[in-house]
Amino acid sequence: MTNNINSRLRKEKIAKVIMQIAGFCIIGSLFLIVGIILYKGVPYLSWDMITETPKGGFYIGKSGGILNAILGSLYLASAATLLAIIIGIPISIYLNLYIKSDSIISRSAKLMFDVLYGIPSIVYGAIAFSIMIWLGIRASLLGGILTITLLTIPIVVRTVDELIKTIPEDLKNVTKSLGATRWESSLILLKYIKTGLFTAMLLAFGRAIGDVAGVLLTTGFSDNIPKYLDEPAATLPLAIFFQLSSPIPEVQGRAYASALILTCIILIIVICTHILTSKNNKQKI
Amino acid sequence: MYSYPNIEKQQTENITSPLSTPHLQIKNLNVYIDEKHILKNINLEIPNNSITSIIGPSGCGKTTLLKTLNRLLDDSKNIQITGSVLVNGEDIYAKNAEVTHIRKKMGLLSQRPFPLPMSIFDNIAYGPRIHGEHNKKILNQIVENQLKNVGLWEEVKDRLHHYASQLSIGQQQRLCLARGLAVNPEIILGDESTSALDPISTQTIENLLVDLKKDYTIILVTHILRQARRVSDYIAFIYNGEILEFGKTEEVLLHPRNEITQQYVKGFIS
Repeated sequence: MTNNINSRLRKEKIAKVIMQIAGFCIIGSLFLIVGIILYKGVPYLSWDMITETPKGGFYIGKSGGILNAILGSLYLASAATLLAIIIGIPISIYLNLYIKSDSIISRSAKLMFDVLYGIPSIVYGAIAFSIMIWLGIRASLLGGILTITLLTIPIVVRTVDELIKTIPEDLKNVTKSLGATRWESSLILLKYIKTGLFTAMLLAFGRAIGDVAGVLLTTGFSDNIPKYLDEPAATLPLAIFFQLSSPIPEVQGRAYASALILTCIILIIVICTHILTSKNNKQKI
Repeated sequence: MYSYPNIEKQQTENITSPLSTPHLQIKNLNVYIDEKHILKNINLEIPNNSITSIIGPSGCGKTTLLKTLNRLLDDSKNIQITGSVLVNGEDIYAKNAEVTHIRKKMGLLSQRPFPLPMSIFDNIAYGPRIHGEHNKKILNQIVENQLKNVGLWEEVKDRLHHYASQLSIGQQQRLCLARGLAVNPEIILGDESTSALDPISTQTIENLLVDLKKDYTIILVTHILRQARRVSDYIAFIYNGEILEFGKTEEVLLHPRNEITQQYVKGFIS
């Protein structure tokens, strides 16, 4: 009996240690990444970096900033996230609340979204690029937005799918028994999972703003801030990539400063989402 | 103090006879889930303006039967339903039956209260709103009347726009009852509606249901024999998916004809 308890306690300790090591590894890597970005980027961070567009010769160390890439990334990620939410949520509602979730259509669609979720973004970029050539469209903000939307729709669909599974069956029955149509019922259920929808939005935005391969072929790159959807646009990940490829230390330093700006943008979005989430959690039923 | 009314004194004489045009009739109802025969050839006529309790051991098909009455099983996995359920003579399982209209006729009170994620006022007003009532004065009146109906008005009248989740569980269950009544149902279905409540809230809900039977036909699923005894006029005993006995409460509980019913009533089966 004592041996049995000792063995169980030993397993408990081992499991706890494994979890702690895993946790420290992740937190450690995060601190390492942020530390390197801060260490290498802060000396090159300046007001001009975030308020000016690149002047001639910016990529060989001359003056200017990356405002074009900051705004390009924000435009692209915001529009793609918005479109992915607008398209993804109805898909998920249809697959879970309109047709039986165990039907062949629903199961096949979910499998397809799982596959799409795993396809590398360069594949999306390459396919979108081929279509754009075929249609005679040049690399532009619109091309990038559409490509990244396709990339983020599976994230939204699968996240909302998981959220809908958490809705108690009795709550679904409540709206039905009041004589609500499926659509009216769905609106109430979306309200119930509102907090989770913010998380879905955050995941989609994070993927959209951080993607390089998808925008490489479809969005192009420009030193100007895009005024129209058919103009090429710079994005932060590409700006980091181009600066980091430079042999000039000044430009490489700016790449880290750009990475710091990108991290700060994501951090702000995460904090805002958490504030909204906790505010909604307090009201949640 | 919690009081247990004597079943011998229950007034059932004036209740409509099961034979006089029942509100709800179930005919040859069979339900299969995953090819398992859950409900077997159910035939039942629910008397109007009375409380009928469906009792039986766990897993016997009580809740399944209740859910077939307002077609809540339609979206369930691998389900097959045969037979008919007639509400005012209209088969709700007919091919052209309009399901949202059918469900509106039957208010559901589930095991646990599930307020909608909105304010107390909006919870009650939700039903009337989706059915086309947008006049603020009328909505105010409906909310007040229904909250008074369930004895909640005095407790919440100063915080109608607070979140419904801030109410106690007992208050939430009364709110859910009021919400169901706000769409003018004809039948109230209760699925072990007091199982999550404390004795005082249970008594409040039971008293409300007894009061409401003058206007509604009420069907309750319960596994608590004492509750069935306290509130019901009729009892249907289900065992293994079959209705073994149906009759007036005192007949079923005091003089059960079926041997299994006798064993259940005596507590040998649970």
